[in-house]
Amino acid sequence: MNYHWNWQIFFEPNPTGSGTYLDMLLSGLALTIKTALTAWIIALVFGSVVGVLRTLPSKVAGWIGFCYVEFFRNMPLLVQLFLWFFVLPELLPRAAGLWLKQMPNAPFWTASIGVGLFMSARVAVQLAAGIASLPRGQKQAATALGLTTAQTYRYVLLPMAYRIILPPLTSEFLNTVKNTAVAITIGLIELTGQARAMQEFSFQVFEAFTAATIMYLLVNIVVVTGMRFLERKVAIPGYIAGK
Amino acid sequence: MLGSFDFDVIRRSLPYLFVDGMTFTLTLTALSALGGLVFGTLIALMRLSGFKLLGRIAGLYVDFMRSLPLVLVIFWFYFLVPYIGQWLTGASRPISVGAFASSLITFIMFEAAYFSEIMRAGIQSISRGQPAAASALGLTYAQSMRYVVLPQAFRNMLPVLLTQTIVLFQDTSLVYVLSIPDFLGAASKVAQRDGRLVEMYLFAAVVYFTISCLASFGVRRLQARIAIVR
Repeated sequence: MNYHWNWQIFFEPNPTGSGTYLDMLLSGLALTIKTALTAWIIALVFGSVVGVLRTLPSKVAGWIGFCYVEFFRNMPLLVQLFLWFFVLPELLPRAAGLWLKQMPNAPFWTASIGVGLFMSARVAVQLAAGIASLPRGQKQAATALGLTTAQTYRYVLLPMAYRIILPPLTSEFLNTVKNTAVAITIGLIELTGQARAMQEFSFQVFEAFTAATIMYLLVNIVVVTGMRFLERKVAIPGYIAGK
Repeated sequence: MLGSFDFDVIRRSLPYLFVDGMTFTLTLTALSALGGLVFGTLIALMRLSGFKLLGRIAGLYVDFMRSLPLVLVIFWFYFLVPYIGQWLTGASRPISVGAFASSLITFIMFEAAYFSEIMRAGIQSISRGQPAAASALGLTYAQSMRYVVLPQAFRNMLPVLLTQTIVLFQDTSLVYVLSIPDFLGAASKVAQRDGRLVEMYLFAAVVYFTISCLASFGVRRLQARIAIVR
């Protein structure tokens, strides 16, 4: 390979005037984490509501949950982001559309909401599966004790289900982090975007991508370690993870 | 708002969208799924081979690929493949690789990691008695894999493999970042040329949605049929 390596590049000032190239990548990493966390909160909230809907005895609720999941699962994330970013403002009344377009930080909010809703369908499926995996007796016992449906979910089913689905939720969170990279297409300069910018400014392609790769790996390791700890902390005695 | 909706722009660009764009998308999906399955199965066999070093290498590869965003991997290979080509062919400068070849290599390498996890689960779902019986009959390791274990593992995992292929079909839209005219890229090109973002992106969304829905419906039917056979 006659590629000209230059690992010193990270400590050279970047042309945007905001410190070194390393600072540039770090600010991208910070934006990736910020977007992923906002998206994850949205995914958890909406995913929980829809996941519960899918397990309710009501047929209508189940049907709404089914449609929601199918809607968000059967379109590429990239297309969904385009719909939120380019199409939605045009379909709204003029004033609202204009306000959306002029919103500061529009790529950040579009990415957070778009990735969040995309992931919420996956969270909903996991949660519904978690609730369905509980023995029937749990729900029946709650009913026998006189708990309402809401109380049954709040005090019996959900505390169990969330703990059972922690491992798949961990990988869904990691997917959320990775999916924020798609937002590069709507102008969000997160970690991948900054690596790309660094490559364009400095022509040091492989150094830039290597650094971004290492940063993604570090985020992965931190999340996996943290979630392992949490899993042990909240493990249910008597279940495999609780041994 | 819908009053100014221009259906004609969609009609006019249909040949370009489907003959050029969708053909690219579907070819890329099919070849990547096939390549990903072959390499994925090899990786799964490496992990289950019992040779510590082989298993470690395969495991590292899978974990590594699965912790990176696909967009970053697409960029990696886009810049890396010309250098690898140069190294392989001994050329004096990085060779130029077409957009299709570059994205095909990317998706095969990336999907192999995901397919290997599915095939590993499939192989592990075969009861121990089967390979034991195969070796009792005098079959070599390769023969037992080829005639006993892999056909069953593949069949058991077929619904999961197909679901992963639907995900792959949606993921191929990410080649957009390299300005390659796949289906979404073609729609986006027309959208920007004619200033018709709303129409083209909504149409693209409907097409992706319909294809994915029909495909997952088919997978569900298949799953039900396989379940009865058992």
